[in-house]
Amino acid sequence: MFSFCTDPDTLGTFRWFSCYLTTGVHWSFYSAFLRVLALLAVTAPVALAFGFAGAMAARSRILPLSLFGKGYIAIVRGVPDIAFFLFFVIALDQGLEYLRHITLCPDWNEPIRQGSDFIVCSQAKLPLGSAPQEVHQLYAFALAVFTYAIVFGAFAANVLYGAMQAVPRAQVETAEAYGFTRRQCFWRITVPQMWVYALPGLSNLWQVLIKATPLLFLLGIEDVVYWARELGGTKTARFTDYPHGDWRMWYFLALLVFYLLMTWGSEKVLKRVMARLTHGQATAGGEALRKAMA
Amino acid sequence: MKTLILGTAALALTASMAFADGHAQTIRMGTEGAYPPYNFINDAGDIDGFEIELGNELCMRAELTCEWVKNDWDSIIPNLVSSNYDTIMAGMSITDERDEVIDFTQDYFPPTASAYVAAADGVDLEGGIIAAQTATIQAGFIAESGATLVEFATPEETVAAVRNGEADAVFADRDYLAPLVEASGGALMFVGPAVPLGGGVGMGVRESDTELKGKFDAAITSMKEDGTLNALLIKWFGDETQTY
Repeated sequence: MFSFCTDPDTLGTFRWFSCYLTTGVHWSFYSAFLRVLALLAVTAPVALAFGFAGAMAARSRILPLSLFGKGYIAIVRGVPDIAFFLFFVIALDQGLEYLRHITLCPDWNEPIRQGSDFIVCSQAKLPLGSAPQEVHQLYAFALAVFTYAIVFGAFAANVLYGAMQAVPRAQVETAEAYGFTRRQCFWRITVPQMWVYALPGLSNLWQVLIKATPLLFLLGIEDVVYWARELGGTKTARFTDYPHGDWRMWYFLALLVFYLLMTWGSEKVLKRVMARLTHGQATAGGEALRKAMA
Repeated sequence: MKTLILGTAALALTASMAFADGHAQTIRMGTEGAYPPYNFINDAGDIDGFEIELGNELCMRAELTCEWVKNDWDSIIPNLVSSNYDTIMAGMSITDERDEVIDFTQDYFPPTASAYVAAADGVDLEGGIIAAQTATIQAGFIAESGATLVEFATPEETVAAVRNGEADAVFADRDYLAPLVEASGGALMFVGPAVPLGGGVGMGVRESDTELKGKFDAAITSMKEDGTLNALLIKWFGDETQTY
């Protein structure tokens, strides 16, 4: 990156590090942080949407829908995350390719499963074999978001289901007395009031989601932990201009700081959100706010 | 959720139509990227090493367009059989167990010598604690030798285990260990005899992919015949390495 970096062996400590920390491979490491942040930014709202839909389904008066919602919550919460991440992604990928295969290649007469091989026609590959590597990575990222959203959606659904039940019955009763329909009661009374009950549970989930991002590497995405391990490993002079010993501890220390900053920042934001949601609520927090104002 | 799945499927279908015209076959080559000198990531962040140079040459001779894909060692075979890439070049020795699941081309690296590296002379190789990478022929060998095997996901961690005293010795490909021993300034040393293991390193392909296997076999043969493979071996592994 800098002009003096051509011969790192001759540099002083400061210049050596300024060259070392700006090598191409370090930029990959830095961009992995952005990838993790992007995953969080996309997954959180999608998971919340899954959770909301799951909670609504579980509350539904239509039996199959309610069974579906409750089943989703129970099954996904019960399966260990790591099994879900290892199994579900390959299954989803193969499922999509299978669907494309039967639509795009109806004349194909060879079996799709040949021993342990899974083979679909080349037009059905997802993404296509000829697609550039970026498309493959984008596809892997989309699969990752979807998988995270399903897993965390189930937990969010459970939290939101509980929060909807926690809204005082008297509130809904009053609305009914005014002639609100069931739907109006739900959207105008239950939903605006439930967030205050849901927030502690959701904030827990958010923190767990932050900590779960290193699972990304299981899904073939090079996340910060992968790069920290790769960069911190011993490097001998034959294969790099910057040989060093086992520096994994320092890289993981940097990750520790990153994750602590993330949780510290979210704590602050969530606290403000909580104060806002508590405003005017029939809860202990709301009462405290009212007294402070008066 | 259903609409989302359908939506994704619809998106995928339309995307494929846009791409369908230009589908010249690209061969995706899987590798680990953590096993110098076979394959590793260089300072620029690109994948580099003996197998990368060899693989590119083989693709040129077989007139294929190739693209490298990094994959974790643990899941490198499942992702091949699930068609996420088409070949494996990751210092993978040809063994009977692997041959049941995937196919190998002829070897492009002669049967490798594996070796023990320890922090001090005179460690007990038969009854001590030996580190090896998960799912390698070395791990299989140690498991049967009577020594206590500790497995690690990456080669780096196996050597680190010896440095911090967690294991008495590490057992791995001699070619992987040699540069590390050389650079350690006496902290690490080869102990015990070198052990020849496996049937050489070959390129892994799906069992059903006989056409691709044929093409690469022919390319490897031509490189063995005109001596370019030997030149590559000497370039990456030094003058003392075995050649064809």
